[in-house]
Amino acid sequence: MTGIFKNRLFWPVVSLLTLVVVNTIARPQFIEITMRDGRLYGALIDILRNSAPLMLVALGMTIVIATRGIDLSVGAVMAVSGAVALTIIDGSGNPGSLGTVAVAVVVAVLVALVLGVWNGFLVAVLKIQPIIATLVLMLAGRGVALLITGGFITTVNSDPFSFIASGYVLLLPVAFFISVAAIAVMSLVERRTALGVLTEAVGINPEASRLAGVRSRGIIWSAYIVSGTLAGVAGIIYASNIKAADANAAGLFIELYAILAVVLGGTSLSGGKFSLAGTVIGVLIIQTLDSTILFLGVPSAQSPVFFAIVVVVVVVVQSSRVRGALSRASASLTRAKTDTDDREKAEVAR
Amino acid sequence: MTATAVRDETTKESRTMKVESFLGRHAALMPTFAALAILLLLFAGAEAFLRGDFITPRNISALLLDNAYLLVLAVGMTFVILTGGIDLSVGSVMAFTGILGAKLLADGLPVVIAVPAIILGGALIGLVIGVLVQYFNVQPFIASLAGLFLARGLAFVVSLSSIKVEEPAILWLQSTRITVGSWYITPTGIIALLAVAVAAFVLHLTRFGRTVYAIGGSESSARLMGLNVARTKVAVYVISGLCAGLAGLILTAYSGAGYPRNGIGTELDAIAAVVIGGTLLTGGRGYVVGSMVGVFVYGTIKTIISFMGAEQSWMQIIVGALLLLFIVVQRAIVARSEGRR
Repeated sequence: MTGIFKNRLFWPVVSLLTLVVVNTIARPQFIEITMRDGRLYGALIDILRNSAPLMLVALGMTIVIATRGIDLSVGAVMAVSGAVALTIIDGSGNPGSLGTVAVAVVVAVLVALVLGVWNGFLVAVLKIQPIIATLVLMLAGRGVALLITGGFITTVNSDPFSFIASGYVLLLPVAFFISVAAIAVMSLVERRTALGVLTEAVGINPEASRLAGVRSRGIIWSAYIVSGTLAGVAGIIYASNIKAADANAAGLFIELYAILAVVLGGTSLSGGKFSLAGTVIGVLIIQTLDSTILFLGVPSAQSPVFFAIVVVVVVVVQSSRVRGALSRASASLTRAKTDTDDREKAEVAR
Repeated sequence: MTATAVRDETTKESRTMKVESFLGRHAALMPTFAALAILLLLFAGAEAFLRGDFITPRNISALLLDNAYLLVLAVGMTFVILTGGIDLSVGSVMAFTGILGAKLLADGLPVVIAVPAIILGGALIGLVIGVLVQYFNVQPFIASLAGLFLARGLAFVVSLSSIKVEEPAILWLQSTRITVGSWYITPTGIIALLAVAVAAFVLHLTRFGRTVYAIGGSESSARLMGLNVARTKVAVYVISGLCAGLAGLILTAYSGAGYPRNGIGTELDAIAAVVIGGTLLTGGRGYVVGSMVGVFVYGTIKTIISFMGAEQSWMQIIVGALLLLFIVVQRAIVARSEGRR
């Protein structure tokens, strides 16, 4: 029993389930899933579909945070990737052809990968603080995206491109499969190889892991490359969803939500141990909360107040001060219990 | 003859040593001087490029007027960064306090209530962040992120659309122009400059200011020295919130309205200005006057871009590039001083 309580995923899972239950009581149609034309519809399916960009970004962020870093540039990378993809599709003669879309997506993700290489170079080689190294691209990236689109919101009408965000395969949305694929690949690479352990070693103590022969430079660098690439894919899903490249709005504040998802999932911001499953749950909590706030009729502009309260509650509960007080309280409870047990035993003996 | 030559040599040697030891002792000043040099270069370049139309009293006066709010934000941010922290909330707090003030005035409350409410509102959010950082061991980044969300959401709770300000006392802050020749300064500009002066006084000539630098240098050493680390760390976030409130007042006066979408991303501009002004993000080194130079570098680039009629997207790219340049320079300085040790 205590094993379940001690599990790092216990509180995130409880929060998610609470949210789902509260929603279901408030509006029974929340849990309903209907099928039309071989496709599943419903609030839960929407949550899975809409969470895809945040899911990708948050997975990359988890690895970066595990190395004691942070990547603020993910939103800007999303904007750049969307701008590149749409500009290529818009400029081609045949925006509807599968080939054009494939080329556009590949080029956009490669550009995002290069931006990740740049971030990693600043952090791993030049040893600049991650917050500030990625702040450079966060500031400049949106400017670059605006230059690529020429200051306009490029829109396209391309069926293969829209398919990425709004298409369905085997009952479920394509975007959902993309995030499942990302989760699967990340877990395989991080947990079935030594990479995950090495990443944690670098995050727990960079100096000790260097002395132990871990090539921390390459590991840190690759974390930023992964984060950039995943942000690039997220940018494509976002652009495909609105069928446009909006350099100002694409991925705005997503870095903050991604960091929040990672923290909600139980990964500490001070680096080291990380949990991809926790991040997945964190993302679902955020998306469900978002859907709840929307349902409550709160204007979406006011929703940050709720997220602020969630952040404060989570960090306060995680803090050593509160944890210390809690464990002291439980310790005194068990002590009181053993005391009475002893007394009972003594009485029996007498 | 030989004696004089030897003496010459020794004086030369001692002179180079003097220069070196000056550089060594004042290494922290170097980035600020570099920022000043860049500012002068920008002025000279723009003057040459625009054939003498740039350095006019009107433009220089407008530079202070247009960036008064950013200057106040940068002053508060300098305190936080000097302790090794960061405050992401300032842009949102500025929007929240601005719209709060506009709403209170529109509801018919007098200025003597609205203005203190604006400034106290900012300080209160700063206090929340400071308490989270100090007493709950939350990283400054996350604590101020919560502040960002809170203030931005509250701004929209106060009002979803902009509220016009018609109170003459607030508009007076902006419309009054104290002119000397063709130079002018508005009360908002005076407030901003006063903020810099007060901050410089507090940081360099008070016990509190020394404690701020000591915490940035090494928090545990500061604690072992018996300095009041806890109170000072909470106080810097309160100061930053206070400055954000003041910036909200200035921005409301400047734009004549409160708008909940104001200041999205302004916290990054403020951080960039502080870093360009030579304050180390690791804390313990930097000057509030440097942050003022940083704000003027930022403002000058903005003016030049609008003069050239280039797209504003270049602004973000240039500020990003400048930021990169400065952090690489800072990195080199830190590496050198560590090597000397």
